[in-house]
Amino acid sequence: MMAMEAQEIIARRIAHELRAGMLVNLGIGIPTLVANYVPKDVTVFFQSENGLIGTGPIPEQGMAQPLLTDAGGRPVTALPGASTFDSAMSFALIRGGHVDATVLGALQVDGTGLLANWMIPGKMVPGMGGAMDLVTGAKRVIIAMQHTAKGKPKIVKKCSLPLTAARPVDLVVTELAVIAFPAGRATLLETAPDTSVQDVIAATEAPLLVSDAVISMAL
Amino acid sequence: MKIVPLDAAVAMIPNGASLMIGGFMGVGSPDRIIDEIVRQRKSHLTIVANDTALPGRGIGKLVDANLVTRAIASHIGLNPETQRQMIAGTMSVDLVPQGTLVERIRAGGAGLGGILTPTGVGTIVEEGKQRLEVQGKAYLLETALRADFALVGAFLSDYLGNLSYALTARNFNPLVAMAAETTIVTAEHIVPVGLIAPDHVMTPAPLVDYVVANG
Repeated sequence: MMAMEAQEIIARRIAHELRAGMLVNLGIGIPTLVANYVPKDVTVFFQSENGLIGTGPIPEQGMAQPLLTDAGGRPVTALPGASTFDSAMSFALIRGGHVDATVLGALQVDGTGLLANWMIPGKMVPGMGGAMDLVTGAKRVIIAMQHTAKGKPKIVKKCSLPLTAARPVDLVVTELAVIAFPAGRATLLETAPDTSVQDVIAATEAPLLVSDAVISMAL
Repeated sequence: MKIVPLDAAVAMIPNGASLMIGGFMGVGSPDRIIDEIVRQRKSHLTIVANDTALPGRGIGKLVDANLVTRAIASHIGLNPETQRQMIAGTMSVDLVPQGTLVERIRAGGAGLGGILTPTGVGTIVEEGKQRLEVQGKAYLLETALRADFALVGAFLSDYLGNLSYALTARNFNPLVAMAAETTIVTAEHIVPVGLIAPDHVMTPAPLVDYVVANG
């Protein structure tokens, strides 16, 4: 079998976290890919925070509707049963705990699960958009990210970048591992195929508890 | 509500005005009004909007023309020109979480002094703000926002100014329509009264001051 790209491993694994009937918000980048790996017979409602539940795939060539886009402004389709609404409703859904899960990218996650994903002071100040509301309000926050950036661990002892929220994330999925934060401590639950527990520890700056029953990631 | 020609609608806006503008990454933005603001070179504007779109698109055109001195927005990451002007110090940008921004606008139109939100607690967004505890949970007090003019992009307006919006072009439009002293609308289609069924009116006519006439 050819080695899977890191992004594909992450997206495939996170797709297993989604269940029929869930309302899910996907961030830009790797999170967007998750929708590609949800089984066809599992109906997940994807929200775009610009005002759509029932976001479908990118339209075929020549079929884009300029007034129907995702939160990045890219044309999308709306699946049967979709609904549209204004931004106050969209963020009431998000803050009000009606969104079952959000999948977001990260710059850093610390050993207790706190997330930094919206700015690098002096370098990248795009604005937080909906990220702070999503991390504050979604029932479950899942992080999709590569384990390291330019060889440096992204799961750190303490975030050096500004935090996105005071609420810790629930799950981090990388191309090497699945990590959760029970009782506020980073805990290794799963490793990717051909990845050892030692490989994960070596690529992680934060102290990592190792679950008694580390299993291989289901892809 | 009055129907006005485009140039007369924009002539009402003085330099230095504050504008709340509907649209999300240029989708649902009142493009004809924006183009006319650029043509009439209204300057020193304060913009309240979700984002500054892209260069050459929607609100991005106001930024390109150096007409904006202050922006209150949730996201400017896809507009390098906004970031350039911010770093150069010619435009100040207040970044606000998107859900907080839209609720502050809603509060401004709903007669509320502000809102309590958990978003931003424990982050740099909290700096300078009052934290309140309600029933054991921490919230930030975020104050209401209003503006001199609301610029709204609708899909349909009837002859009275009842509005409806299409698909994801609704976004901030019905909120800004309520939160300014004067509300000016462009619609893709102006239609006879009755064609928008009462249940499908998203912004009721009395909220609209001006609809821009077809060109």
